[in-house]
Amino acid sequence: MEEEKKVVLSAKDIEVKFRVRDKYLTAIRGVSLDLYDGETFAIVGESGSGKSVFTKTFTGMLETNGTISNGSVMFHGKDLTKLKTDKDWEGIRGAKISTIFQDPMTSLNPIRTIGTQITEVIEKHQGVSKAEAKAQAIQMMERVGIPNAANRFDEYPFQYSGGMRQRIVIAIALACHPEILICDEPTTALDVTIQAQIISLIRDLQKELKFTTLYITHDLGVVANVADRVGVMYGGQIVEYGTVEEIFFDPRHPYTWALLSSLPQLGVKGEDLYYIAGTPPSLYNQIKGDAFAPRNEHALKIDFEQEPPFFQVSDTHFAKTWLLDPRAPKLEKPEVICDLHEKIKMLTDEGGAFHVG
Amino acid sequence: MSVDNKDREVILSIRHVDISFDTGHKKKLVAVKDATFDIYKGETFALVGESGSGKTTLGRAILRINPCSAGEILFEGKRISGKISREEDRNVVRSIQMIFQDPAASLNERATIEYCVSEGLYNFHLYKDERDRIAKVDKALQDVGLLPEHKSRYPHEFSGGQRQRVGIARAMIMDPKFIVADEPISALDVSIRAQVLNLMNKLKAEKNLTYLFIAHDLSVVRFIADRIAVIHLGEIVEIADSETLFKFPIHPYTVSLLSTVPMPDPIVERTRRHIVYDPSRLDQSGAPRTMREIRPGHFVLATDKEYVGYEERIAGMEAKLLK
Repeated sequence: MEEEKKVVLSAKDIEVKFRVRDKYLTAIRGVSLDLYDGETFAIVGESGSGKSVFTKTFTGMLETNGTISNGSVMFHGKDLTKLKTDKDWEGIRGAKISTIFQDPMTSLNPIRTIGTQITEVIEKHQGVSKAEAKAQAIQMMERVGIPNAANRFDEYPFQYSGGMRQRIVIAIALACHPEILICDEPTTALDVTIQAQIISLIRDLQKELKFTTLYITHDLGVVANVADRVGVMYGGQIVEYGTVEEIFFDPRHPYTWALLSSLPQLGVKGEDLYYIAGTPPSLYNQIKGDAFAPRNEHALKIDFEQEPPFFQVSDTHFAKTWLLDPRAPKLEKPEVICDLHEKIKMLTDEGGAFHVG
Repeated sequence: MSVDNKDREVILSIRHVDISFDTGHKKKLVAVKDATFDIYKGETFALVGESGSGKTTLGRAILRINPCSAGEILFEGKRISGKISREEDRNVVRSIQMIFQDPAASLNERATIEYCVSEGLYNFHLYKDERDRIAKVDKALQDVGLLPEHKSRYPHEFSGGQRQRVGIARAMIMDPKFIVADEPISALDVSIRAQVLNLMNKLKAEKNLTYLFIAHDLSVVRFIADRIAVIHLGEIVEIADSETLFKFPIHPYTVSLLSTVPMPDPIVERTRRHIVYDPSRLDQSGAPRTMREIRPGHFVLATDKEYVGYEERIAGMEAKLLK
C-alpha cells in the first residue's frame, strides 16, 4: 500500500452490447478497473452480472454478436479494444494475458495428447524447437504438480482426473509466462479438497512467476482466501470495490450487504436464511437509477431516478450508492453481517480441525 | 448436545449395504461398502463426500434405481431393496421422491410446467378428474412459491431458482414421506441458494417430511442438517449430529474435509491451514474396521487400535472446550 503501485492494465468506461434477435442487450454498463502489478483482484457477482463478459474484453474473446461499444482497455500503451483480428491479438492473448476456464474437460481437446496441447502454445509463442518445447512442457507439468510428468506427456485428457486436468489447463495458461492470469471460476467444477489444492497452486505460482491474477467467482469463501482487492458486480456494473477487508468487514453498498447476508455460514438453525427478493434486472431495457433499487429494501427515492456516482470511503474503497451521499439518511449494515469476523471465528474456533492455524 | 436417539422413530434403515457395478473385467467396482445407518422421521440427514465417494449411488439405491449387492434397506420397517412385490414397488416409488442437482437438466424442456409437475400424477392415476389434477398442480406450485399461471410456461422461461422450485413441486405433488435431495443447491447462485434452503425447511415443517440431503459442501450442510454422515471412497467414516461433527470431528478424513471449506472471512482464511488426508497414517495392521459409537450418537469407523487414539483425541478436545 505504501509504495506507488504500478498499473498493468487499465479499463475505462467499458460498455459491451450484444445483439440478440434484433434487440440489443447492454451486458456491461460503463465499468472501469485498474489492475495493479502482482495483485490478486477478485470480481464477485451472480450469474448474468457480467463478470465473465467484462474480462473477455481483455482477451478479445467476446462472442461474435458482442461489441465493445464504448471505453478503452490500456495494456502496455495499446488500446486492446481497437484490436480486431486474431492476428492483432497475437502476442497478447495467451502470451501476455491468459485465461483459465471453469470446466477443464471442455477447455482441453479430448482427442489430442496432453503433451501436444502444451507444446503447441510454447512453440507458437516462443518460436522454439520441438525438443526444447517438450522439455519446457514437462518442466511446467512438474511445476503444476503432475507426478511422472515425462510418462504422462503422451496421455489423453480422459486419462487424467478433474483436478489433474485443471492443473494441465494452468500449465498451458502459464506456459508463456503471462503477465496477467484470468481465472474464470477455476474451481467451481471441482471438489472442495481439490479446490483447495488448485487455489494454493495458483497462489504459489503467482509468487514464483510474479503475474497479476484476476479471479472471477461467485464463492465468497474463495474470494476471502485469494483476493487482495475485490470488486462486486451487479447488473453489468461494478457497484463497490475495495481491499478484501473493506469489502467483508466494512461493506457500503446494499447489494454487497445482501450478498454477504445470504451466506449459509451465517444462518441460524431453525430460522430462515436471509435472501435477496426479486430477480436481477433485464439488461435489454434501459436501466434508470440504481439497478439494485427494485430489490433493495433500503432504496431511496433518488435510487429509482438517478444513477449514483462512486463515493469514496477510503483511499482504496469506493461504492456506487446514494447512501453515501451526505444528504442520505444514516443507515447501518444489517445485523447479520455485523461482527462478521467474530461470527466466523466462533464457527471455526470451536474445536477439532475447523479451528484456525 | 448429544441427543438420545433410542426412542425416535426410524423411517429409513440402511443395513450393511454394498453396491457394486460390473466393469466388464473380472474385478467388480464396489461403490458403497457396508453402509449402515438409520434416518429418523422428521430429520434432515446429510450425506457428505467428494465426487466418486458413492453418495449419489447410495441415494439412488434408496429409490430402487441401483440394486444392492448385499445388505438391505428398510423403509418404515419394510424391506424395499431387492425383489419386492409390484404393489410395494409402486408404494416406494411414490413415497420416496427425489430432487435433483441441475434443475435445467431434470425438466423436460419441451413440456409445459403443467405437464412436468403432473407427470407423477399421470403415472399413478392420482387424480379423480381433470379439475382435480389441475387443482393439485396449482396447489403444488403455490406450495413452492410459484403462481398457478406459471403452468402454461416452459422451463426455459424460468430463472434457475424458479426451475428448482418446479423440481421441488414435481416431488411434492406426490405427497411423499421421504425426499432424497441430491445436491439441490450446488448449481444455484448464492442468493438463490438461500431461497431454496428456506423453502425446503418450510416444506419439511409443513408436511412432516424427512430429507436425505446429499452434498459436498459442508458449510451448507451445517445450516440445514440435523445429523451428518461423512462418506469416503464408498465407506461411511463418521456419523454425528451436525453440531457435534463440527465441534468434535474425529476421523482424519472428516478433519481434512472440514479444513478445506473456504470461509467468507479474509482474516480467518489467511491463517487457516489445510489438513491433507493421509490414509497411510491409519492403522495398517489389517485389523477389521467397524463403526463404533465413541460418544452417544457419534459413530466413527475404526480398528481397535485407532479407536484408542480417537478416544484420546475426543477426550482432549472436550477438555479444551470445557476450560
